[in-house]
Amino acid sequence: MLNKKKYIQIPSQKYEANAPVGTFDKCSGCNKIIYQKSLGKYKICPKCGQLSRLTAFERIKLVCDKDSFVEFNENLNSVNPINFPGYENKIKKAQQQTNLTSAIVTGTCNIHYKKVCIGVMDSHFMMGSLGSVVGEKITRLFEYAIKYKLPVVLFTCSGGARMQETIISLMQMAKVSAVIKRHSDHGLLYISFITDPTTGGVTASFAMQGDIILAEPNALIGFAGRRVIEQTLKENLPDNFQTSEFLLECGFVDKIVPRREIYETLSNILKIHLVGDYNE
Amino acid sequence: MSSAYDKVKIARNIKRPTSLDFINNIFDDFIEFAGDRSFRDDKAIIGGIATIDKKPVTVIGIQKGQNLEDNIKTNFGQVHPEGYRKALRLMKQGEKFNRPIICFINTAGAFCGKEAEERGQGEAIAKNLLEMSTLKVPIISIITGEGGSGGALALAVADNVVILENAVYSVLSPEGFSSILWKSNDKASDAATLMKLTASDLLDLKIVDKIIAEPSNGLENNADLTYDLIKVYILKTLYTLCKLDSEQLICNRYDRFRNFGMYT
Ligand SMILES: [Zn+2]
Repeated sequence: MLNKKKYIQIPSQKYEANAPVGTFDKCSGCNKIIYQKSLGKYKICPKCGQLSRLTAFERIKLVCDKDSFVEFNENLNSVNPINFPGYENKIKKAQQQTNLTSAIVTGTCNIHYKKVCIGVMDSHFMMGSLGSVVGEKITRLFEYAIKYKLPVVLFTCSGGARMQETIISLMQMAKVSAVIKRHSDHGLLYISFITDPTTGGVTASFAMQGDIILAEPNALIGFAGRRVIEQTLKENLPDNFQTSEFLLECGFVDKIVPRREIYETLSNILKIHLVGDYNE
Repeated sequence: MSSAYDKVKIARNIKRPTSLDFINNIFDDFIEFAGDRSFRDDKAIIGGIATIDKKPVTVIGIQKGQNLEDNIKTNFGQVHPEGYRKALRLMKQGEKFNRPIICFINTAGAFCGKEAEERGQGEAIAKNLLEMSTLKVPIISIITGEGGSGGALALAVADNVVILENAVYSVLSPEGFSSILWKSNDKASDAATLMKLTASDLLDLKIVDKIIAEPSNGLENNADLTYDLIKVYILKTLYTLCKLDSEQLICNRYDRFRNFGMYT
């Protein structure tokens, strides 16, 4: 699907582009060969407006005030909880490819001078799948947010469960849900920001548990895989099935936020949540 | 000793007692309640109120059929979003009237379909996980057959999770697992072994708190002893859980799930 929306440039964003230099790649939107550097820091196709998937740190650069990000638990590392053959090697390979230790980066930052806890998943690391480390880092992030009374902004992108951790991965859904409920019961704000792709167990837990659920345009968001549904139904699904726009229509997303407007939108939401109450 | 995949086949046996059988044989005075108060009544979830040893409980189960006709009604025990919402409604009702909640789980997984997506399958499961974590009354979940993924977990954020001897609990079906990892459906048996989905594997991993024995000649032939064992287990466990104040109960439940995961 094409996305030809014109975006407003936000002047307060000053970060340099971080696209890999000198590489060409086919755009998944228009199939044209695009010089990757021409995508710019927002990684938007100049020809068709298609959003490329961001790495966690590319996203952090777009969303956090300059130099405000402080990372938590960056060395928390996977073990092989059920002795799954080859899991250690898979992890090592993903770590070498992405320069990350796990599929999520967490920490605190400022968004237009307002301090928040932030978590950003990275689909380049084993499809952002939900393993023990991801579950533990999110849990610790919310526990920190409860302790210091901070809002949490979580950018999701995940294929769902980490298959190599089987049942332990499933338990992460309950573990993270419990800490999110605790954070919520303390009257604190959780903004879930869904990006492409967010499916399976992540959709069926923290992606859908935000007080406010935002999504990037044309992101794949769903519980079941499209092919699984097509196989059972033997019917074709509409083109926009399981897109952000589809979920907005069905009532499961509050607002679709174009990539260039994320900083401004988050800043405005946080501002309204931080003004004094009526008794002051 | 039977292999993990043999257990999967036993767990899926169509003649295995259904949640309704467990409810009718373990509790007295069961009154079934319907509907999610929003969209429709999902027959894949049955629930209502009952007594055990004269004390009130809320009971909820995922219902499979034992023949095609029943399975069409219950959608083969594959719950739609409105089914999870019905279950949550009954759980909230239980909480209001201070009734412990007993869940029976037997599902291949949450239903995967166009309408389930349109009505928010992900959101429905997510909501149950969120709300169950702080329900103020004791929750016991019993996996009686298949415990399929998020669709099972949506009724299993409990203080105590127990499993029948031949039941399984997993992140995905062994067939699905095999097709993701090896791009083929016919390695389901190998997948089942790897996945640690049997009752004893799950006990080792502390995912479940106890295994409840089944008769050696098949649960479908003689379930009376197992019904009794479950009944005794529920009574014993409720006796302990009901002594805790709700704050302590919720705190223990939080820790139970907080501890899952291994990392370094
Ligand atoms: Zn393009």
